[in-house]
Amino acid sequence: MFRRATTLLRRPLIGATSRRFSTDLPAAAVEDSSFVEAWKKVSPNVDPPKTPLAYMKPRPATPSSLPSKLTVNFVLPYASELSAKEVDMVIVPATTGQMGVLPGHVATIAELKPGVLSVHEGNDVTKYFVSSGFAFIHANSVADIIAVEAVPVDRIDANLVQKGLQDFTQKLNSATTDLEKAEAQIGVDVHSALNSALTG
Amino acid sequence: MASAGGAAPFWRAAGMTYITYSNICANLVRNCLKEPFKAEAISRERVHFSLTKWVDGKPEKPTVRSDPTEH
Repeated sequence: MFRRATTLLRRPLIGATSRRFSTDLPAAAVEDSSFVEAWKKVSPNVDPPKTPLAYMKPRPATPSSLPSKLTVNFVLPYASELSAKEVDMVIVPATTGQMGVLPGHVATIAELKPGVLSVHEGNDVTKYFVSSGFAFIHANSVADIIAVEAVPVDRIDANLVQKGLQDFTQKLNSATTDLEKAEAQIGVDVHSALNSALTG
Repeated sequence: MASAGGAAPFWRAAGMTYITYSNICANLVRNCLKEPFKAEAISRERVHFSLTKWVDGKPEKPTVRSDPTEH
């Protein structure tokens, strides 16, 4: 019964070597060599067309020493707020709390809660209120922050926030079904976060 | 992030998906903006579509909907 145990135990180790970390991907542009060879066999006189692989921009390599700046890509479904901007630090509102990201941060995927995202560049701080989203921090000090809705904090109307907070607190008290309670709780969370963004 | 096998967030426990949660948050934020940004945001998110229900293999008359926020 245990004769095959050694072969079975060896299997995962063999499988593990073929899977690499995403940060190990090549930094230089790769040409699809097998396609080019097959093309040249069929029509050697015509230049092979470019494949989608050739159009993909290579990912920035993980530098061996700590980089001095963090590259931030902050995108929304309808606009790209920051595109490959070099900054000193960003503070993202993760569900686990305000997370400060500096160059050389460990690779992380963080789910964002409604809160303030601040981008620090020298002495300038730009604050955005983010409704929800994700932040992907890569080992090569590139941070991709995606949000469904993000507004500069000065575009928020304080009166509407107060009114919303009162409405949803009332709804939370009078809610009956689980779904109603959840919706009211979301309303209370978002409006309290908006409130603290305005005051903080 | 929640630990592996830990308690799900309250909206997940109530049967809501992440996309629904995210869209509700985004709508609430848009409703709290100052004018003219609020009007811009609401008009940007407006969807316009035609809905046709099929009964017994035959299409009924299509209805055209243009709601600003869809749940």
